[in-house]
Amino acid sequence: MHLICCPFCGNRDETEFRFAVEAGKRRGSVSSSPDEWAKYLYFQNNVKGDTREVWMHLTCGELFILSRNSVTHSIHGSEPVRKAAEA
Amino acid sequence: MGGGGHGLATAYYLAKNHGISNVAILEKGWIGGGNTGRNTTAVRSNYFYPESVALYEFSLQLYERLSKELNYNIMLSQRGGLNVAHSEMDMEIAARLVNAMQINGIDAELFDRRQVLKVVPLLNTGPNARYPVFGGVWQGRAGICRHDAVAWGYARAASHLGVDIIQNCEVLDFIIEGGACRGVSTSRGEIRSDRVAMAVAGHSSMLSAKAGFSLPIQSYSLQAMVSEPVKPVLDTALLSIGTGTYANQSDKGEIVFGGGLDRIPSYAQRGNPPAHDHTISGLIEMFPAFGQLKILRQWAGIVDVTPDSSPIIGPSPIPGLYLDCGWGTGGFKAIPAGGWLLAHLMATGSHHEISKPFDLDRFTTGRLIDEAAGSGIAH
Repeated sequence: MHLICCPFCGNRDETEFRFAVEAGKRRGSVSSSPDEWAKYLYFQNNVKGDTREVWMHLTCGELFILSRNSVTHSIHGSEPVRKAAEA
Repeated sequence: MGGGGHGLATAYYLAKNHGISNVAILEKGWIGGGNTGRNTTAVRSNYFYPESVALYEFSLQLYERLSKELNYNIMLSQRGGLNVAHSEMDMEIAARLVNAMQINGIDAELFDRRQVLKVVPLLNTGPNARYPVFGGVWQGRAGICRHDAVAWGYARAASHLGVDIIQNCEVLDFIIEGGACRGVSTSRGEIRSDRVAMAVAGHSSMLSAKAGFSLPIQSYSLQAMVSEPVKPVLDTALLSIGTGTYANQSDKGEIVFGGGLDRIPSYAQRGNPPAHDHTISGLIEMFPAFGQLKILRQWAGIVDVTPDSSPIIGPSPIPGLYLDCGWGTGGFKAIPAGGWLLAHLMATGSHHEISKPFDLDRFTTGRLIDEAAGSGIAH
């Protein structure tokens, strides 16, 4: 069983989680160009190795930042999105 | 870059269609050792949007004459492809898909329950079936073929035309001069060329990062499994709309089957238990008799999934570097077309009309070709 750590609920089974997007994207504004919108909406770094991503814990409904490795699937830690944004 | 089906086919068509035989295929491992050798070998063209149908139907037509053209038996068996519908709602979707396919000129038929059970009598018809059979979508020209033979056939034919196939040669970086791609540096030295292409499913984002741009791609594991060989029991390429499991029987008698993606973005070529369990339970639900089968092997390939589940063919943001990527779970059936179209692009510098809608610019213009929503494919 692959456990993922929700910062609010602790370790839970992987089936309770859903990947949302890689961390660090900033939403554009009305003056953003189509290129900037495309980058925000669709383009990913899709890193092989250590990653920082936004995930949702479906059962509690919270979004959080998950640090993990995309090759080994090892989990390095998680933190609430708000805390990450404040840092 | 990339000695899989797409790369080998591109080299072959560069030499054959365009007379360009000064081509090197650079492969990190061995030819056909990536997703070309990991898929479940189904070929079909039952897509929803006209752009997709033009692409995949072109590919199927090339497959139909490939054994003869390459003088290499790819063991194409057009045994028919069946998408089984398990509810009234599934039947609505099936009818919509059949209508779209027929408008696009594809050989599609809407099957009722009786017709489905005539083709696949082993399907679960019990009173307690979780996924009862209502009908399905039939494409008679769909089928399977030998995946390794496709790689080897293209490789041999390309090699005969003067193409160099260099295995155990990893691309480490791009040579970029004046903002344009002028070649690559590899684990076996530098190779200079004004026209470089990447057909490297599972590694597209990593290579593009080396060239300094990102792609609208997320990589996932896609699992497949094969059972012990048994006598002939299933002579179609079958997909369940309800369970997402697809299966066919190989010429050796093994049941080859797979399902949807693992939901966790991953570069691990192994797959996680939940997707594995889901796929197997789907298979056993449809075919209770298969519960007795032993699984011989399970594996996964890394598939590059785009937001609209359609591929990217076209120039990259770096002049001189071309893309053939983002085929998601459906790259094998598109090998001949992918190769043909990428060769056209590299040789002429402009799109073939079939590949034009699949340019990278669709993510900026918003003209997505959303097959995930359109044909309900298991991406």
